[in-house]
Amino acid sequence: MNRAGSSKVVQHNQSSMLLSDQDREFQQREPTLYTVKGMAILDNDGNRILAKYYDKNVFPTSKEQKTFEKNLFNKTHRANAEIIMLDGLTCVYRSNVDLFFYVMGSSHENELILMSVLNCLYDSVSQILRKNVEKKAVLDSLDIVMLAMDEICDGGIILDADASSVVQRVALRTDDIPLGEQTVAQVLQSAKEQLKWSLLK
Amino acid sequence: MNAFKRDKKEEEDGGGNPFQNLEKTTVLQEARTFNDTPLNPRKCAHILTKILYLLNQGEQLGTMEATEAFFAMTKLFQSKDVVLRRLVYLGIKELSSLAEDVIIVTSSLTKDMTGKEDLYRAAAIRALCTITDGGMLAAIERYMKQAIVDRSPAVSSAALVSSLHLTNVSGDVARRWANEAQEALNSNNVMVQYHALGVLYQARKADKHAVIKLVAKLMRTSPKSPYAACMLIRMACKLLDEVDKGEELLGFIESCLRHKSEMVVYEAAHALINLGRSCTKEITPAISVLQLFCGSQKPALRFAAVRTLNKVAMSHPTAVTACNLDLENLITDSNRSIATLAITTLLKTGAESSVDRLMKQIATFVSEISDEFKVVVVQAIRALCQKYPRKHAVLMNFLSAMLRDEGGLEYKAAIADTIIAVMEVNAEAKEAGLAHLCEFIEDCEHNSLAVRILHLLGQEGPTSKQPSRYIRFIYNRVILESASVRAAAVTALARFAAACPPLLPNVLVLLSRCQLDSDDEVRDRAAYYCAILQQQNEPTILPLVQPPLLSVPSLERALRNYMQTPMDEPFDISQIPPAQTVEEPTQVEVHTTVKQQPRLTREESFMEKLSQIPHLTMIIRDSSLLKSSPVFELTESETEYNVKCIKHTFTEFLILQFDCVNTLSDQLLEDVRVAVEPPEGYTIVCEVPCPRLPYNELGTTYTVLRYPEDVHASVATIPTTLRFMARDCDPATGVPDADQGYNDEYMLEDLEITLADQVRGIGNRGVDFNAAWEAAGAKGFVKLEETFALGSSVTSLEGAIQSLTGFLSLDAVERTNRVQSGAAAHNLLLSGIFRGGKEVLARARLALSDNQVTMQLTVLCQDPDVAELIISSVG
Repeated sequence: MNRAGSSKVVQHNQSSMLLSDQDREFQQREPTLYTVKGMAILDNDGNRILAKYYDKNVFPTSKEQKTFEKNLFNKTHRANAEIIMLDGLTCVYRSNVDLFFYVMGSSHENELILMSVLNCLYDSVSQILRKNVEKKAVLDSLDIVMLAMDEICDGGIILDADASSVVQRVALRTDDIPLGEQTVAQVLQSAKEQLKWSLLK
Repeated sequence: MNAFKRDKKEEEDGGGNPFQNLEKTTVLQEARTFNDTPLNPRKCAHILTKILYLLNQGEQLGTMEATEAFFAMTKLFQSKDVVLRRLVYLGIKELSSLAEDVIIVTSSLTKDMTGKEDLYRAAAIRALCTITDGGMLAAIERYMKQAIVDRSPAVSSAALVSSLHLTNVSGDVARRWANEAQEALNSNNVMVQYHALGVLYQARKADKHAVIKLVAKLMRTSPKSPYAACMLIRMACKLLDEVDKGEELLGFIESCLRHKSEMVVYEAAHALINLGRSCTKEITPAISVLQLFCGSQKPALRFAAVRTLNKVAMSHPTAVTACNLDLENLITDSNRSIATLAITTLLKTGAESSVDRLMKQIATFVSEISDEFKVVVVQAIRALCQKYPRKHAVLMNFLSAMLRDEGGLEYKAAIADTIIAVMEVNAEAKEAGLAHLCEFIEDCEHNSLAVRILHLLGQEGPTSKQPSRYIRFIYNRVILESASVRAAAVTALARFAAACPPLLPNVLVLLSRCQLDSDDEVRDRAAYYCAILQQQNEPTILPLVQPPLLSVPSLERALRNYMQTPMDEPFDISQIPPAQTVEEPTQVEVHTTVKQQPRLTREESFMEKLSQIPHLTMIIRDSSLLKSSPVFELTESETEYNVKCIKHTFTEFLILQFDCVNTLSDQLLEDVRVAVEPPEGYTIVCEVPCPRLPYNELGTTYTVLRYPEDVHASVATIPTTLRFMARDCDPATGVPDADQGYNDEYMLEDLEITLADQVRGIGNRGVDFNAAWEAAGAKGFVKLEETFALGSSVTSLEGAIQSLTGFLSLDAVERTNRVQSGAAAHNLLLSGIFRGGKEVLARARLALSDNQVTMQLTVLCQDPDVAELIISSVG
């Protein structure tokens, strides 16, 4: 009955539990695409707006996740210092008005790769919200922001790190974006459509 | 008015948050709207968003709830609204692990994935793969292969990434789809290239040559995507770890230092430094790149650079010296992590003169950084103390200030460890260190740490200049702390009393008060110590106050054997090996390593193994294993047969354990034994052959010898031969071809039985060596003395100590294996037991002149022959 989804998760859990610390250390050296351990958007009280964790070994329960987020927020909300190491993770962050964006990776990860993911997350949200990056706007377009996070990182693998291509993929109607922030392809596409319609008329 | 205020407050709190105070049940009720016809896409999207939001907030759904929500959601496939459809995919992914029968949506998703709408296809593939199990894989395989080579980069990426996730379901997915991935590697899209590389690596990682080919090919063209370049660098590093020659790979990584993307440049620099085998020539270009990054505007880049430099500074401090100026600028960085790393790096590379200034700098912000970095600082200070022993006063003060600050157990333990380490290395620092620790336990909320420090005080305090001053600190603990700390304090007090007779009467008063304690353990200890201390007043009672850490399983076995004897003689506790203390690896990283579990000593595990062999149990039943030697190879590696030997010494017997491996796949060996020619005096007691030795499996055979009566004859060389019956067999199945085998033999190297095999060192039993030395004379031990000039291979006192302890296998006691730096003479004190429980004490006076070490060795032993043997084997 329950085979389809959950059995897979159980298998995965077991295999990860069997790993000793040494194995994990070894795995960290193994080249892999699984780069991102988690992404989060918190508000200015440190409460979660959206958060995703991709590694079953890193904060498996939602309680642990929230404790970590509180901790992270306390360490980062005053100093805008962009990067911190916490609980064995490298966390890069960025804030605006009442929002805090975080991307977490293992302590061995290339900090600049994480930074590029963070920038992509921030810029995508900024484009979706038309530069109006604040909590209320995020909540109003929560569905699109969720889709954007899903398009940036899939299960820990960076899917896309280019903000405009992410925005393009999250099904935001093209005419919603101001002209200046569309890609050339988008502009051409919309120009073509308009031409087509004018011909039909 | 009040109402208005409340409204206003609510508005501020909620900020018009439509998702606040959502009820799980209400939202799930609302999901019924999904069944309406016609659908209202806006409304449904909003409800679905609410469900996703709840899941994201960590709300738990039961299987029933999840399944209901899932099935309601499948109705939404009717709508053509793009955003709604995409949210459905998201919902499928979230619920796939919670709900039952999720495979019901397979056909809908397959349709979307092969349809025309590009915005659906990529996301549908990713959703489909989360609900796919091993059985369904074959059904979607064709579509996935097509998707990987699709023209749309989004679709191709989605398919590649999903195939990596699917490796958890079926291990060989990546390999089956490698051809398609190979094609995708040529894509113009940077992300597709990156993902294809990941899949190809996954497919080929088991085959080293395939990886080498892949890397070599990509190295020439150098991928456009910076992510792919980083991945390629990591692959190259992995190969460099495995293969011997890698000039090309190294050249490639170095060329990446000139890549136009900073990400790749940093990855390459990081890789060069972490290669492990790098020599200074290789890391210099990497360091100059990092030096540039130190001046970057971006905090993340500065952080990355400084963190990596910090790591190099441990292994190649001189190479980092060039960056000192840049690092100095980072001390005042607004990011405290960067500042801390910069300072600790400078501490590692800097000169002695700059220590004071840097310490002052750290003190200004140490309270602002996280515990993890504080531990880094403490470790840097520890390294510094070893480098500049003269600076211990400044550093100790700093450490004690840090001890007073707030901090977690790990951090405090790191500081206490450092203080203890400094005290061990530097005798001058001992008094100050003990004083700091005393002060610390006055206000220490961590029981485990307080107990450790009390133990240390009990050990070190009595030998300090003024033992009485510590009594007050310790007794305060008895009054104020929890039971475990009180018990530890009582033990510490007893040690003072045992080691310093002048303090005895006072301590007895204190201990008698402790007998009224509310805790059983504390009372027991106090009563025990009072009883012992009142009876006698000699230093020899110290072992009773401070029982040596014996290995419990061995003690149990020895006592059981003793029960079977008539018990005429007193039980000899010196036979019992001490418990094995595991040396903790020195931590070099920011992480904490999990401490190893206490385990059986090597001897004990061998004893377990030997007593399971029927022929041997009879022989070893009544005696305990004194010592197992290290493993000796009796063959070269890479020969037809591999034989290794371990010598187990018992009181009268020597058990030779031969571990044999047959490396010929077309041979099956039977009745394998190692024939030894017993030298004069030895007799063979029995042999335990190995009945079958198939290809590449470990087989063990034993030979038991009886030691000669005359100990002088026990040091000998034994010629050995491997004898066996060989049968040819089929390499594939291992089934022998012929019924009849043939006898054969194979010459092995000679086996040496040395003095070290028969002696076990016992260090740190808490016995005062000088007292034992005096007492030994009184007990009628034989004393032999001789002077030697050590050979030209030994040019330092440390070298002499090392070779002497290795050769005699006696343990150095009272930390006499540490030589004061620059000293020209040293007194080495050694102790151990010879088989049969014969205690051996030795004192070596070493003198160094013109790179020549002269040694006067004095040996005390109850058996004159053993003493003679030791002296003669040194000569």
